Amino acid sequence: MTDFTHGSKQGVAMPLEKRNGVAEAVMGFFASHYPAILAVTGCIALWQFVVWFFAVPTFMAPSPVEVFHAFGENGAILWANLLPTLLEAFLGFIFGNLIAILLAVWFVYSSTAEKAFYPIAVIVKSIPIIALAPILVLIFGNGIAPKIIIAGLICFFPTLVNMVQGLKAASPAMLDLMRVLSASNAEVFWKVRLPASLPFLFAALKIAATSSVMGAIVAEWIGSSYGLGALIIEATYNFRSPLLYATVVIAAGLAVALFFVVSFIESRVIRWKPDAQH
Amino acid sequence: MLGVARMMQQPVQPAEATRSAVSVKNLDIRFGGKGAEFTALSDVSVEIPEGALVTMLGPSGCGKSTLLRAVADLVHVSDGSISVLGQPPKKAREGRDFAFVFQEATLLPWRSAIDNVGLPLEVGKHDSSLPTADPQEMLALVGLKGREKALPHELSGGMRQRVAIARALVTRPRILLMDEPFGALDEITRDKLNEELLRLWQETGTTILFVTHSIPEAVFLGEYVLMLESLPGRVKEFMKVDLPHPRKLAVRDTVEFIRITAKLRALLEEC
Repeated sequence: MTDFTHGSKQGVAMPLEKRNGVAEAVMGFFASHYPAILAVTGCIALWQFVVWFFAVPTFMAPSPVEVFHAFGENGAILWANLLPTLLEAFLGFIFGNLIAILLAVWFVYSSTAEKAFYPIAVIVKSIPIIALAPILVLIFGNGIAPKIIIAGLICFFPTLVNMVQGLKAASPAMLDLMRVLSASNAEVFWKVRLPASLPFLFAALKIAATSSVMGAIVAEWIGSSYGLGALIIEATYNFRSPLLYATVVIAAGLAVALFFVVSFIESRVIRWKPDAQH
Repeated sequence: MLGVARMMQQPVQPAEATRSAVSVKNLDIRFGGKGAEFTALSDVSVEIPEGALVTMLGPSGCGKSTLLRAVADLVHVSDGSISVLGQPPKKAREGRDFAFVFQEATLLPWRSAIDNVGLPLEVGKHDSSLPTADPQEMLALVGLKGREKALPHELSGGMRQRVAIARALVTRPRILLMDEPFGALDEITRDKLNEELLRLWQETGTTILFVTHSIPEAVFLGEYVLMLESLPGRVKEFMKVDLPHPRKLAVRDTVEFIRITAKLRALLEEC
């Protein structure tokens, strides 16, 4: 470790503080995450060992090294199929959440609407998404539309529930204050209710970021010829296990990347502590 | 009892007071629908002289907060009338004649101290010709100069309540309605804020109605003490506190102060 730090100081002509900053960031990341890093490394090593020791055939379960090679060999295929899935997940995320937010606003201002449509939302939610996929493919054909709808549907419910809760989270005293100030409904919404709901919204968006990828992949299982979901089906039927595993890793990576994008935006937007107002 | 309370009001009207800031006549407030009706206030009449600092005491559930909220147009009046500076409470609210300070600071947690103080200037379709104060100045007035950019979670409980007071003062209200504003604070902070509230009152000449649970706080702050009794809530006593101004905390160790608190405690036990 000392060698590394020393070496980087010698070798790279960066301002002193910045060099220390980068080195400290790397060291700090390792220091705070080393249990996780060691555990993951250990699991991969164990996997490699089991495959080698029991001579597991590649089509059944490839070794980590084989999966690693699969990335190199199938780079173009993986990339070509990643983009449609990303697009579907992203658009599903946007539309699903947008509709959920608008519906939540309507619910908060109209209890009749809430009573009428909340049960429907629950019913739609209780249909397994994998059972819904064929129905939507029959209705909307084999294009991108059913995939976006399924990715959107899967985001929709957690956001609706959280957003309704968030919009109702403003304290009664805060609403009394706005009344004393003769604030209009619009002012109460924009200045109190909406900002107060943001922590709730982001909690849901983080869930939605990962599940939108899942929704897109599940939708691609049903008679699609492109996307990570289609690639998973194809690799499985052709016993191309290393490619299958590589696809799974890419899909997981995509979900994690979306999760971190949302987390990053959250950290920019929410700089307050919600419970500190009492 | 009611008769006594009414008679008590007569001698305490200061000679220089020409009109009432708040005038409550035969006020009834009932909650709940038919069958489950609950009478919070019954036949309450009281005159709050302009410029006075009136503290409101009473056992819990006696309706002192309800009375304050009725003055602020936050509660529906069942019977009788309330007049705030000669107008109905709704008009007074729209004209920004009063400000309200709650037990919680009720600051917007995403807004800095200065932006919280400025909130009343941003909302409500108030008359732009009405006098307003500079949020910066109001923060300085409550002793928070230099903390303008601080977010509420970066401030202590006492500081947050100071911000709430600065926010109440920014519209230059003629009446300040305070509902146990220091109830959630520790005693040391509370003492300090009590002293500062007295100073603010004397500097600004604002009429203050102050609900509290604490007899010493009521006596220390109050020019008058209004005591309510419970079930149903009615006026038990309205008395002038004969302690000289400006008051320092040490006044609480005087015989006169203790005599008044003892009297109020005895009255409270009858409620």
